[in-house]
Amino acid sequence: MKHSVTLDKERCRGCTTCVKHCPTEAIRVRRGRAHIIEERCIDCGECIRVCPNKMKKAVCDPFDIINNYKYKVALPDQSLYGQFRNTGDLNLILAGLLEMGFDMVAEVAEAAEYISMAVRELLEKNDDLPRPLISSACPAVVRLICMRFPKLMPHLVPLIAPFEAAAIKSRKLASEASGLPPEEIGIFLISPCAAKATATRYPMSLENKVVDGVLSMTDVYKELLSAMKNVKDPPPKLARSGPIGVGWARAGGEMYALPDKKCIAVDGIENIIRILEDLEDGMLPPVDFLELDACNQGCVGGVLTAENPYVARAKIAMLTKQIPESENKAMSPEKFAMQMELVHAPAWKLDDDFLEALKKAARIEELRKQLPGLNCGSCGAPSCRALAEDIVLGIGNENDCIFRLREKMQNIAGSEKADDYLPPPFRRGKKREVHDDESQ
Amino acid sequence: MSAAIHLSYKVDGSDFTGAGTASAAIKRILREIGVDMDTIRRCAICMYEGEINMVIHANGGTADVYIDTEGVKMVLKDNGPGIADVEQAMQEGFSTAKEGVRDLGFGAGMGLPNMKKYSDEMLIDTEVGKGTKVTLIVRFPKGGGDGA
Repeated sequence: MKHSVTLDKERCRGCTTCVKHCPTEAIRVRRGRAHIIEERCIDCGECIRVCPNKMKKAVCDPFDIINNYKYKVALPDQSLYGQFRNTGDLNLILAGLLEMGFDMVAEVAEAAEYISMAVRELLEKNDDLPRPLISSACPAVVRLICMRFPKLMPHLVPLIAPFEAAAIKSRKLASEASGLPPEEIGIFLISPCAAKATATRYPMSLENKVVDGVLSMTDVYKELLSAMKNVKDPPPKLARSGPIGVGWARAGGEMYALPDKKCIAVDGIENIIRILEDLEDGMLPPVDFLELDACNQGCVGGVLTAENPYVARAKIAMLTKQIPESENKAMSPEKFAMQMELVHAPAWKLDDDFLEALKKAARIEELRKQLPGLNCGSCGAPSCRALAEDIVLGIGNENDCIFRLREKMQNIAGSEKADDYLPPPFRRGKKREVHDDESQ
Repeated sequence: MSAAIHLSYKVDGSDFTGAGTASAAIKRILREIGVDMDTIRRCAICMYEGEINMVIHANGGTADVYIDTEGVKMVLKDNGPGIADVEQAMQEGFSTAKEGVRDLGFGAGMGLPNMKKYSDEMLIDTEVGKGTKVTLIVRFPKGGGDGA
């Protein structure tokens, strides 16, 4: 499985909340349990966020994993700095991580500053790249584009993500500091979301894994709170990031690092799909840079964070005003170049054969018109259109629709009064004309 | 199973934000069939411009879309004011859109020229006072789609 979103089968009640919220229509309920269609999942974590039974989880590693390594490096995602109401002292937070058992901390925020400077250089010097450049920092967005917007793949910033840059750099530093060979260094991302967790396990633009384990930010948060109490005052100077890197934690942060460029920052996966559709159709005004964060409010809105995303966002905004500028100097973008080309992974093709695909699409439209258009979700698919698609692809059945089934039973029984047996929202009286603009 | 698709849409004349519904639906279907992205984009632009035109000038109308192995045919019909001088209307920048509409960023006089530019065939059948029917054809490249 190439994902980090998983279902607790015991706790799933088979409700269709996640099915309805999945932006890529990747979930179906079958036999009373939700199932993820893996090739459609982009690990955005929406299903984890909305599940009323909290049965969906992002798979992270247990904290003990760090003990498998002689020398342990923590990579705190920049969103960690927004989690603490009582402190804005980055040194205290980072010293707390050392107190928890790490030997070294390497801020993702610091690497983010290098990436910001490299993006600026690309925008200024490299005219071969299409505009707008699209940030490749959010792995859920990169997956979405590789799956659904292949035409836009060349727009993605051809640089690795900040946490990857931080991992590569810190392995070298840690090896030098400890005298241990690089493979005995353990590097652990403290992740705010499922997408980054997946990206550490299955890198999209690196030849090899560079992170050895993923720790959930919520899990770390609880331990870190008490560890911070044991830090001697004043904490050692550990923070190397400035307002730019820390600012990446909230939506718009990458944009603020490019003040003289025309940028649009979009957060929330549904909003992102809309803006990418517009870009694909040539409907956007000319801009230099698109910052796209799958989670509302940016990384502080990740499903593994502890603090309310709005509170965390305000905290980050405050920090960017309080902390001093960093001393990080620009490095050549080549230093952070992607090592592998991104691969188009089509998940929306009905058939490899064009004629077959066309026939299937025609059948889907035909079926869709026969379905009630209520998008009730009782069949386990997100919409009537999706059920029609499932039927044609062989993963659904016409009788999965309770209304179709009811009609069939009626016909068998010769009764026309079935409406009376339905709950009020579903009673419909006489049959209605169905238009193609419905149930999209 | 037949290898032809017919879709029909009502375009609501009172709602700018509603324009684009048909365009988005067509994009989705073409993507699922595996049509190449350029052709999809051309169809989406033609359809979108057509929808917008019907909203701006004709208080809405209907859009019928036919997809088969050769390509996509879009038939946009309205009962609007008609086009008095088609040749003039085809010129880039010419527009009869009202000021309020232009303030919204529409009515730049690129609708029909864009439809012409992005389609392989375009036919305008119009009568002043009665309405307009625009037929657009976008052909698939030989050998069907490549899915890219």
